[in-house]
Amino acid sequence: MVKDHIILPVSKPTEGSMGKTGLWRTFRPVINYDKCVKCLLCWFYCPDIAIKIRDDGYPEIDYCYCKGCGICWHECKVKAISFVREGEEVG
Amino acid sequence: MLGKVKKLGKKTLVITGNYAVAYAAKSARVEVVAAYPITPQTSIVEKIAEFVETGLMNAKYIRVESEHSAMAACVGASAAGARAFTATSSQGLAYMHEMLHWAARARLPIVMAVVNRAMATPWNIWSDHQDSMSQRDTGWIQFYASNNQEAYDTVIQAYRLCEDEDIYLPAFICLDAFILSHTSMPVTIHDEEDVDKFLPKYEARHWKLDVDNPVTNGNIVTPDHYYEMSWSMDESMRYVKKKFPEICEEYKELFGQWHGVFTKGYKIDDAEYVIIAPGTLFEESCVAVDMLRENNVPIGALKLRVYRPFPSEDIISVARKCKMLITLDRALSYGFNGPIFNDVRSAIYGETGTPVFGYAVGLGGRDVTFNDISSIVRDATLKLEKGLHSSFVYYGLKVGEK
Amino acid sequence: MVSIRDMPKEELLLPGHAACPGCGAMIALRYALKALGKRTIMCVPACCTSVIQGLYPHTSIAVPVLNIAFAAAASTASGISAGLKARNVEDVTVLAWAGDGGTYDIGIQALSGAAERGDDIIYACYDNNAYGNTGIQRSGATPYGAWTTTTPTGKKEHRKPLELIMLEHNIPYVATACSAFPDDLYMKFKKARKIKGPRFILILSPCPIAWRFPSWSTVEIGKLAVKSGAWVLWEYHNGKLEFTGWSKLIAEGKLKKIPVIEYLKHQGRFKPILKDEKAINEIERRINDYWKFMKALKEALK
Repeated sequence: MVKDHIILPVSKPTEGSMGKTGLWRTFRPVINYDKCVKCLLCWFYCPDIAIKIRDDGYPEIDYCYCKGCGICWHECKVKAISFVREGEEVG
Repeated sequence: MLGKVKKLGKKTLVITGNYAVAYAAKSARVEVVAAYPITPQTSIVEKIAEFVETGLMNAKYIRVESEHSAMAACVGASAAGARAFTATSSQGLAYMHEMLHWAARARLPIVMAVVNRAMATPWNIWSDHQDSMSQRDTGWIQFYASNNQEAYDTVIQAYRLCEDEDIYLPAFICLDAFILSHTSMPVTIHDEEDVDKFLPKYEARHWKLDVDNPVTNGNIVTPDHYYEMSWSMDESMRYVKKKFPEICEEYKELFGQWHGVFTKGYKIDDAEYVIIAPGTLFEESCVAVDMLRENNVPIGALKLRVYRPFPSEDIISVARKCKMLITLDRALSYGFNGPIFNDVRSAIYGETGTPVFGYAVGLGGRDVTFNDISSIVRDATLKLEKGLHSSFVYYGLKVGEK
Repeated sequence: MVSIRDMPKEELLLPGHAACPGCGAMIALRYALKALGKRTIMCVPACCTSVIQGLYPHTSIAVPVLNIAFAAAASTASGISAGLKARNVEDVTVLAWAGDGGTYDIGIQALSGAAERGDDIIYACYDNNAYGNTGIQRSGATPYGAWTTTTPTGKKEHRKPLELIMLEHNIPYVATACSAFPDDLYMKFKKARKIKGPRFILILSPCPIAWRFPSWSTVEIGKLAVKSGAWVLWEYHNGKLEFTGWSKLIAEGKLKKIPVIEYLKHQGRFKPILKDEKAINEIERRINDYWKFMKALKEALK
C-alpha cells in the first residue's frame, strides 16, 4: 500500500491512453472483404495497432483507434482497402 | 541477493571524512554505486572501488563518464529497486542538477555525499557551500556534517529516512572540503550485520521497474495532476520532521552516537546570543563560544544539521529564549544576502521579534577561525546595543585594500 | 526471415497512443517489443515516444518504462541493468529507446560511456532525421540538403555516421534497420536479445510531419530509402558484418540501386535542393562513398 500523501508520477498500461484516437481521423480505410486475401500486410504495417485479426483470419479495422493514416490502404497489394473521407460512403 | 562479504566488525579507525563516507556506504550495504571523480571527492569513490574489488563490499560499481550520468545511473538503479549511492562536489553537483530534480520527482531514495567546494569560475577547490545551497529547491533532503563520525552516521541514517514509506525522497550529506574530507579523525564504524538491524534491505513499496507489474514512470502529466505531485514532495518533507527524531533516537540506542536531530545546541540553555551555523562552522563556533564565555559573554551555538527541510521549529524555540541570533553563511544568494540568514529570518517572522545578524564567511575556502567568530559576535553585539534589528555583513572583506 | 503469419500476435504497444498518423517510429517500437517480449524494461529520454505514451495515469506501453532526461538514456539504462543484477533479476532486457537528437547529439556521451564500459543494455535509436517532438529542428542525423525549421534553406552538412561510431566501440552487436521492414527489424531485436553487453540498433523511421510526405507513404518512403542506397541495412555480430534485406540484394548485384532522386522527390523537405544538380550529386557521392566503405569493411572483417 502506498501512503495517501505519496502521489507518484506512475501510469498503468491502458488502451486509449490518449483517448479514442479514432476521432483524429479525416479519412477512413474500409476493407472490401470480397477482395481481401488475408495476407495481413495491413495488420503488419499498422503503426496504431488498430487492425485486429479475426478468428476467421480476416483483418478488421478498430475505428476506435484507427487514426486514418492510410498506410494499410496504400500498402494493400490486392486493393482490397478503400480510403474515404469521413462521413462519405465507399464509392 | 546480497552475497557474503568479508567481516570487518565494529572498530574505531582514524580516517578522513571521505573514508568515513566510503565506510558508511559499505556499512549500509549499498548495492549500486555510480560515480565520477572530482576533487575533493575522489578518495570516497576510490575507497569504494577498493572495497568492491577486494570483496569487502558486494556492489555493482558503474564508473560513469560524467556526473550527469552518475545520477542518471543512480536513478535507474534505484528505480530497479536497488540501494544506490554516489558522491560528488561543486561543478559535479551542478552538472547533476537536472538529474537531482529527476531523482526527487521520481521519489527515489538515493543517498549522496557532497564534498562542499567552491563553484568556478575561477577555479577554486576549497570549502564553500555555494554548490549545495544552489540545489536547495530540488526536493533533496540536505544534511551538513560537522565531523567525520557524523558524516559516517548520517549516511546510514539518511538511507533509513529516505526509504521510509512516508518519505521516499533522496538526500545528500555535505562535508566541508579538506576541513573534513581530507582531515583524519577517529570514527567508529559498524559491521554490516549490526547495521542491518537498523537499516533493513531496501524494499520499494511505492513503485519500481518490475516486469511482473509494468508501470510507466514520468509520462506526461497535465496541470490537473502535476501540482499535487509537487505538494506530495513537500508533504513528505514534513514527514521528515516526524520521522527523523525517532530514527536518531533508535540509532543512538543501537550505536551510541548522537549528533542532534535537525539541530544540536551547544551551551544554548542560558545563552542570550546564539550563533547558527552548518557543518564545521558550528564546530569552530563552539570553540569561540568557550572562549567568549570565559569573558562572560552569554553565548551559545546551534548546529544546523539539516537544511532541508528547514528546522524552523527548532530555530523559533531558540529565538524565543534569546536576545539575538547570529547566522554564518558560507554561500551567497546573490542579490539577497546569504541563504541561511534569509531562511532564519523567514522562519521566525511573526513568531518572535528576535534580531538576526547575518555574516558571509569563508567563501572560496577562506579560513574561519574562532577569532573570526569572536569578532563577528562583538560586531553583532555592538549592532544590538545600537538598537539595530537585522543586517548582513561580508565579514573580512578585503575590497579596497592595496 | 519471419513471415507475417509467424509474427507474435501479442502487442506490447497498445492502441490509442499519441503518435501522429503514419508514425514510422511506432511501427519500429511495435516490432522491437514483439521481439523482446514482456521481460523488457524501457527507458525513454525526451523524444517523440515521451509524448506517445499518452497521458497520466495511463500509458500505451505494456512493459515497465522509466522516462528520463534528454541526455540520460544510456546512463539510466546502465543503472537499471546494474540494479537488476544487484537484485539477481535474470533474463530481463534493458532497452534504451531514444530519438536521433537524444542519441546523435545530447545523448552521445552517455551512450559512448555505456558502450565503452560494456554495460548490458540494448540501445535503440529511432532516427527520423530531426528533432521531431520539438517541431522539426536540425539534428546530427539530418541529411544534407534537408529542410528543417533551423535549416530553412536546406542543411549544409551531411549526417554523422553514428552506426559506424558505435561499431568502432567494439561492442558485440550493431545493426541498422528501417521501419519499412518490420520483419528485418524484428529479427535484429530477436538476435540482440540473446547477446550480452552493449548492443546498438539504429532504425531509420520515416516521419510524415518532418519529411513532408503524406501519412500513407511511410512504408513506401522507407523502402525507397533502402532501394536508393541512402539507407543501408546491415548488422555486425561476432566480428562479422553482413548486409541484410534489400541492401544485401544490392550488395550482391541482385537488385539495382535506384537514383537517389527517386527517394528525395517524394519528400517536401528536400524541396530546397531538388532542382540543384550539384547538391543531388553530392548526396549520390556520399551514398557511393558509404557503400564503398561498408563493402570494404565487410571484406576486411571476413
